[in-house]
Amino acid sequence: MLKIIVLAKQVPDTRNVGPEAMTPEGTVNRAALPAVFNPEDLNALEQAIRLKEQHPGSTITMLTMGLPKAAEVLREGLYRGADNGILLTDRALGGADTLATSYTLAQAIKKVGDYDIILCGRQAIDGDTAQVGPQVAEKLGLTQITYTEEILECTKEKIVARRHIDGGVETVEAPLPIVVTVNGSAAPCRSRNVKRIMANKKVEFTTWGAADIDADPTQIGKAGSPTNVKAVKSIVFKAKETKTLTSSDEDINNLMKELIESNTIG
Amino acid sequence: MNSVFVYIEIGEQNKIADVSLELCTKGRKLANELGVKLECVCVGSGLNGIEKELYPYGVDRVHVFDDARLFPYTSLPHQDAVVNLFKEEKPQICLLGATVIGRDLGPRVSSALHSGLTADCTQLEIDDFDMKVKEGDDFVDKHYEKQLMQIRPAFGGSIIATIVNPEHRPQMATVRDGVMKREILDENYKGEVVKHEVGKYVPETDYIVKVLDRHVEAAKHNLKGASIIVAGGYGVGSKEGFDLLFKLAKEIHAEVGASRAAVDAGWIDHDRQIGQTGVTVRPKVYIACGISGAIQHIAGMKESGIIISINNDPNAPINQIADYNINGNLEDVLPKLIKYYKQNNK
Repeated sequence: MLKIIVLAKQVPDTRNVGPEAMTPEGTVNRAALPAVFNPEDLNALEQAIRLKEQHPGSTITMLTMGLPKAAEVLREGLYRGADNGILLTDRALGGADTLATSYTLAQAIKKVGDYDIILCGRQAIDGDTAQVGPQVAEKLGLTQITYTEEILECTKEKIVARRHIDGGVETVEAPLPIVVTVNGSAAPCRSRNVKRIMANKKVEFTTWGAADIDADPTQIGKAGSPTNVKAVKSIVFKAKETKTLTSSDEDINNLMKELIESNTIG
Repeated sequence: MNSVFVYIEIGEQNKIADVSLELCTKGRKLANELGVKLECVCVGSGLNGIEKELYPYGVDRVHVFDDARLFPYTSLPHQDAVVNLFKEEKPQICLLGATVIGRDLGPRVSSALHSGLTADCTQLEIDDFDMKVKEGDDFVDKHYEKQLMQIRPAFGGSIIATIVNPEHRPQMATVRDGVMKREILDENYKGEVVKHEVGKYVPETDYIVKVLDRHVEAAKHNLKGASIIVAGGYGVGSKEGFDLLFKLAKEIHAEVGASRAAVDAGWIDHDRQIGQTGVTVRPKVYIACGISGAIQHIAGMKESGIIISINNDPNAPINQIADYNINGNLEDVLPKLIKYYKQNNK
């Protein structure tokens, strides 16, 4: 029996910025992006559900930090196979950078107390930093396996996993408890289960604020964040002078002729 | 004291990662502006003489941690070597590659030292910074001289943010491979090497992760250095669809790249991904095949010389930054390009 915690984040969907999210000035209006379950956190959830299947009686607890609306990812997790969820929400937690976020999550995990494995996505698509997993591990004094593609074996004592490394893959063995971050190339998460939807539609989640997790006020939110944003500049997508061609032989041959004659290719 | 530090990533056969040398060049420039030394940390096995490869980039001191158990990389021993060294040396800046290792190690080091870390910076500069700081119940203006401006795209590349961490040291940043330029400063540059006793920094209890098996292949491609790139996106439609791109690439001596959408669909290897979270490229010619042009993709290729977009959607965002926009289907256009090139290339 394993006690599994899955960290999940609700993020603006930055993958497909459509015209509806663009302002007339050619910049992205972030508020217009839909809020989604961070994709790699779903890969992490799938690994958790597989572990639960291999170890009957295991429990999966989802943990998220965000606005009250972030409870949507907890519910989605329950629909797919998690057992319960904890929402960390408090004004005092706002403006947190990755370090303050990790401290807060680690405090909540300490309050949960009993855990064998903490799973999360490698990174979130709104920041792409990949920092929170390793920082949570450091705060809890645990080792980690990042960029995990598949958990090959897991007992109460040790885990064996295959992970992506630059230019290849490696298989590592590590003792539990541990933090495991899961890559987008890992197995996709199974879809919702109808029975689970019916059973969990109205479930209320445990909600904790800063005081509930015994957080040091100097380490949370804006105050606990070493990084400051000095300036933010929106990218303007300006049109160049573009020649539009058809796929006719003439158009294509003229283009290739131009490129070859100018020694651009060839 | 308060030097600029670079964590040197050491791969198979003790080859230093390109990105680490690129960061030495950047680090040297930052150190000059600050009037401090540039120092490196090498953690690995059998590192005798490694300092000689670093001095030419203007490195003043090379810290070496040499133990058979320090290669291949595992998180805890490398973390403690770096963290405990930094507690002694108190660097003001620490740069790491935004590689798998750098992104595994950097966050742990920043967490242990409670310092800020900015991921995937595309520019690093020294500048002054003013900030309102809370003192008691009041806010007062505070002026910080010569801070590290960490500039990075955020929100999928739709904004560029400048991050500063004035109150905490070191100021840490990761940078992706190929973003900075690598330049030998002086073949005869003289630095010094400091060989540390590993046991003093890394406790035995750190060696708890065992690497059972490892497969590392030399890069199958040279996207970074390619002068022509043929890149495919979701519009390629399938793994087989990429065959046509490879065929064209072979013909015109190009490399094949891809957008995140095509990589996520499993049609092509992850290491060929171009964009903010992949490789940044600056080829002479960039042929975008069925790529819609999400901003994070554009972030990684917009500095290409000539951009040719082949797309059957005339409204694809990439067409806005393309020099040529061929409105058509790939299976129609690509064979024509191949055919013409075959017939007319001298």
